[in-house]
Amino acid sequence: MFDREYFNLGYLDILSYRDTVIHRLDPRTKLVAVLAFIVTVVSFPKYEITGLLPFSIFPVMLSSLGDIPVRFIAKKVLLVSAFAFFVGIFNPLLDHRPLHVIGGLTISGGWVSFFSIMLKFVLTATSALLLIATTSFPGICHALQKLGMPQIFVSQLIFLYRYIFVLAEEAMKIVRARDMRSFGNRGHGMKVFISLLGTLFLRTVERAERIYQAMLSRGFTGRLRTIRPYGFTSMDLVFLSATITLLYLFRTHDVVGALGRISLRGLG
Amino acid sequence: MHMADALLSPAVGATFWAGSLGAVTCGTRKLKESMDERMIPLMGVLGAFIFAVQMINFTIPGTGSSGHLSGGMILAIILGPYAAFIVMASVLTVQAFFFADGGLLALGCNIWNLGIYPCFLAYSLIYRPIVRGGNSPMRIAAAAIISAVIGLQLGAFSVVVQTLLSGRSELPFGAFLLMMQPVHLVIGLVEGFVTAGVINFIKTARPEILDSVLSAQPLSSGISTRKVATGLLVVAAITGGALSWFASANPDGLEWSIEKVFGRPELPAREHGITPALKSIQEKTAFLPGYKFRGHDGADKNTVGSSWPELDPEASVSGVFGSALVLAAVLLIGLVIRRLRRKSS
Repeated sequence: MFDREYFNLGYLDILSYRDTVIHRLDPRTKLVAVLAFIVTVVSFPKYEITGLLPFSIFPVMLSSLGDIPVRFIAKKVLLVSAFAFFVGIFNPLLDHRPLHVIGGLTISGGWVSFFSIMLKFVLTATSALLLIATTSFPGICHALQKLGMPQIFVSQLIFLYRYIFVLAEEAMKIVRARDMRSFGNRGHGMKVFISLLGTLFLRTVERAERIYQAMLSRGFTGRLRTIRPYGFTSMDLVFLSATITLLYLFRTHDVVGALGRISLRGLG
Repeated sequence: MHMADALLSPAVGATFWAGSLGAVTCGTRKLKESMDERMIPLMGVLGAFIFAVQMINFTIPGTGSSGHLSGGMILAIILGPYAAFIVMASVLTVQAFFFADGGLLALGCNIWNLGIYPCFLAYSLIYRPIVRGGNSPMRIAAAAIISAVIGLQLGAFSVVVQTLLSGRSELPFGAFLLMMQPVHLVIGLVEGFVTAGVINFIKTARPEILDSVLSAQPLSSGISTRKVATGLLVVAAITGGALSWFASANPDGLEWSIEKVFGRPELPAREHGITPALKSIQEKTAFLPGYKFRGHDGADKNTVGSSWPELDPEASVSGVFGSALVLAAVLLIGLVIRRLRRKSS
């Protein structure tokens, strides 16, 4: 179950071929914006919660403008939350200093920093997934190359991505064959696993040889080319400058505190 | 174990990004010198192979729990350190983008932990010297297990150090270490055992694959292993030194990075007080005359020494209130956009 969800690459790939305002942006724009977003979010100190909340506007805008289903992204984020949760959950156990008093309830620093970690985790993970869901992986590779990543590494990424789907199918075939021949827990040990891996490896190498021959016969010279044209348009400029401005504003101004105070005064 | 963005400070993330980026650049340059074109599809497909391998789970003997493989050692033995490192880096990049496993900022750390240690250190310093003496199946098995264990131990240790330097977690160094190292000892043993099995399987079925790759390796032909290893150790020492310097100057490395980005230290430190812009608006409109903004008085105290913000119930209440407002606004914006989209399409 976990595996099927974790490896559900195909759907992300399908999402990335939609045609929305966000999808039409240059991959470089989105990559830079998301990186800036992540660095800004992570730069908040340990005991920060309120400052992080306004940043949720970015994933919300990306997913709603890009028409990405929220539940799908949320499920994926939940699947990989284990490590951050595991490390973060020790904060409430180890840090008991009182930090906030709300309605007579004292909240310790540990809980605050734990929620801060989880909040940062959700923000950074969703934005990374949304980047892929609105850009497509080849688009990202293209952006990486334009931004100066070594050619060999970029073509490695493109190849890897292309054959994940093929080999995933092959692996599923092997798993299915094993499951059909095994009763109870038999055949799930390391011995069988090793020979399965060995077989899969040999098939993979043979496939690589066939691919290389096919590439040669189609005139491969060591370079990978792309047909899809990308360009930096005025829309990119608007998106990028809006993002940077908002990031700066949210990082330097206590939006939540100011709003809370104003509304409290208004009420009282 | 993948490092996560949320546990990192920007300084630590950026430092390891720089380190890993340097290693990738150096690796591709080395590959370009020695590689024939045949390697390009082979590396790509083997990267996909690592993904496929992770989809096949198996039962770890004695525990009954199922395990997955990280695959760094298998790659290093088959492809040699440089190509294996590039493949590992690409696998981790795809994981960061598609699964949000780790994260984009943590990608540098993950490439460092799971790529550099097994491919360069464990392979070059442990596996190769052992196997060079003779490659009987037993010898290969011993070499693979030892190097996989050590590679993973280094990786786990490095996760602990990165978390500690970032200062987001309360976990003390010793306790965290005690949790991580034994777990990864078990994982490393399993990984080593499987690696050994697979390598021996390939050796009996298609020995020429191992031979041809091994003979094409720049490490075995020209450059001495020792040189590469010393270079890496020097890089690691410099990185470690630089990091500890950041860490000692600033507990969470935050102010340092902000200073770098914005040019002056205390500008964005909004927990120290309201910024002039809002303040002037407030003064002009006199909406809240004489209101004491959160932490304004505490600003001086904070900048002097303790990073511990003072208790202020009023600020906490307005924080909760404001948070609810902001979240409601964000949600509303999202819903409105969705509704508009649906209507237009």
